[in-house]
Amino acid sequence: MIARPFTSAAVRTLATLLLMAAANAALAAGADLGQADKQATNWTAIGMFAVFVIGTLFITKWAAAKTKSAADFYTAGGGITGFQNGLAIAGDYMSAASFLGISAAVMVGGFDGLIYSIGFLVGWPIVTFLLAERLRNLGKFTFADVAAFRFEQTPVRVFAASGTLVVVAFYLIAQMVGAGQLIKLLFGLEYWIAVVIVGALMMVYVLFGGMTATTWVQIIKACLLLAGASFMAFMVLYNFGFSPEAMFAKAVEVKTGIAAAAGKSPQDAAAQGFSIMGPGGFIKDPISAISFGMALMFGTAGLPHILMRFFTVPNAKEARKSVLWATTWIGYFYILTFIIGFGAITFVLTNPQFLDAKGGLLGGGNMAAIHLANAVGGNVFLGFISAVAFATILAVVAGLTLSGASAVSHDLYSTVIMKGKADSAAELKVSRLTTVALGIVAVALGIAFEKQNIAFMVSLAFAIAASANFPVLLMSVLWKDCTTRGAVIGGFLGLASSVLLTLVSPAVWEVTLGNPKGSALFPYASPALFSMTIGFVGIWLFSILDRSPRAAQDRAGFVAQQVRSETGIGASGASGH
Amino acid sequence: MSDNNMHDSITTRILNDPRYQELKTKRTRFGGWLTLAMLVVYYGFILLVAFDKPFLATRLSAGVTTIGMPIGLAVIVFTVVITGIYVYRANREYDALTDAIAKAALTGALK
Repeated sequence: MIARPFTSAAVRTLATLLLMAAANAALAAGADLGQADKQATNWTAIGMFAVFVIGTLFITKWAAAKTKSAADFYTAGGGITGFQNGLAIAGDYMSAASFLGISAAVMVGGFDGLIYSIGFLVGWPIVTFLLAERLRNLGKFTFADVAAFRFEQTPVRVFAASGTLVVVAFYLIAQMVGAGQLIKLLFGLEYWIAVVIVGALMMVYVLFGGMTATTWVQIIKACLLLAGASFMAFMVLYNFGFSPEAMFAKAVEVKTGIAAAAGKSPQDAAAQGFSIMGPGGFIKDPISAISFGMALMFGTAGLPHILMRFFTVPNAKEARKSVLWATTWIGYFYILTFIIGFGAITFVLTNPQFLDAKGGLLGGGNMAAIHLANAVGGNVFLGFISAVAFATILAVVAGLTLSGASAVSHDLYSTVIMKGKADSAAELKVSRLTTVALGIVAVALGIAFEKQNIAFMVSLAFAIAASANFPVLLMSVLWKDCTTRGAVIGGFLGLASSVLLTLVSPAVWEVTLGNPKGSALFPYASPALFSMTIGFVGIWLFSILDRSPRAAQDRAGFVAQQVRSETGIGASGASGH
Repeated sequence: MSDNNMHDSITTRILNDPRYQELKTKRTRFGGWLTLAMLVVYYGFILLVAFDKPFLATRLSAGVTTIGMPIGLAVIVFTVVITGIYVYRANREYDALTDAIAKAALTGALK
């Protein structure tokens, strides 16, 4: 059924795809946008992106006029509605890596890609049931406001700022490197130019427009991405008369054809073609599966730039509505990427126009969704999707930078150094200086890490968030006997163990540092199962052993904190007024 | 200082309000059950993937669609629906309770 000239290309495509599948499974991170080849300059895409930039700069100008106090800068004055915040959270969470990476993973492994995307979704109900309202009721600007509510300010703030900055740093580097590769690929720009553009625009949004501009960039990006992905999924289904069975059948036929062309016997080829309809090699051992699932599920509940979004709404009701909207949009988005991945099997893998001389996808494995955009919507739609992918990165890095800047200015400068005596103007100045510093560091690291394999960085960010930030937050809010000492020691143990175990895991020790295969001390895909346990046990143990006068004060503060966390009224914490 | 005293008296009044105890117990219990349900569904799915791959690859009928497809889709839909159930109940029941508690505590404070 597959034409002869396609055969040898198909063999090589298959080889590339198998390699990609192995890499995906081993690294278990969707953020790897990989090394990309520079493409011809795409003027349609650049034009559409220019429209997006000009539009968002006008919004930034409008937002700048409204950004006068620290509260405006960090939380848009608390005036965002639940629906808007839900879209902004979705915009923060649906990164270019999850759009391109997951649709590519579905194209390669079918059902395995679905398992992967489900992991990114299931943290949201946990956030809703355990944290969202309590965060809104207790916090002001950062999650440290909540974690340090009844504790001694300095140590808990230092811990929370460390947890925030480490998570933000790894997440930001991954996004910057991804941005450089992606833009080189989509727009035909040099890598360093792409990284500088992303850094400069992100600084402008955050510096002048603060949370208001960041929120609207995220909302616009979320709408564009959802609209573009909806159109692609609609066109794919339309071609199959809206029958998933017909789409699956064609995809199996294509995969069987590729396997047969690779020299498999008809029986083996049929089995291999059908393998996309069930779980494959993505999950090898149950420990890795559970550990990785925990990192994704609880990491979502510990990402500082996501937690910060709950302070932009006026009350607990809107906080709740935000998560419901966010969960709905993100869930819908993952269903779309699944259809897009299958669409890529049927429309991209069968079209030599999208395959390079070596038989791989033109521009690298993550181009599945981009080529599909071309296949179903032509060159103009390709330009649109490319511009949306760029906008996506901008929205994510702006949120990350804002979160890092607030950790430095609100937690370290205002609370730890100035002991709460800094005025709003001074705090605002420090957050703007930090934004510039973070922007420069992000660009420098983005350029330094160009040739590095950075796939482990996003999964590391999730593992740290799950092992350090989440346990401290949960225990401080829900456990009466938690003390300053317990939270700080346990939190740092979770932080250190997640970083160390990642360092000696195969993805870093063997793939990134180039040590021989099999030499990694820690054999599993994610440290979360172990490092989260270390974090929680550390908090528990050092809290119950704590007999200091401060511990008595910490425990005595629980009742008043609980009244506030449940009702939103009553005593405010040391930082809230 | 007087500000703190006012907060303390509001806090004490809320603590003595039986509706506060009701709110706390109900919400903690409901949130706990839903969290458990989510953990069971997600880790159930992951363990099914880890231990019984052939089951998920079982064909539904003569076609190629496997039982894993509706199951995977169901996990996504379940995640959204269970969040919706909590928000629906909280927006009605818990917010009404919270408002009543706040009203009683704050009007008491003004006397």
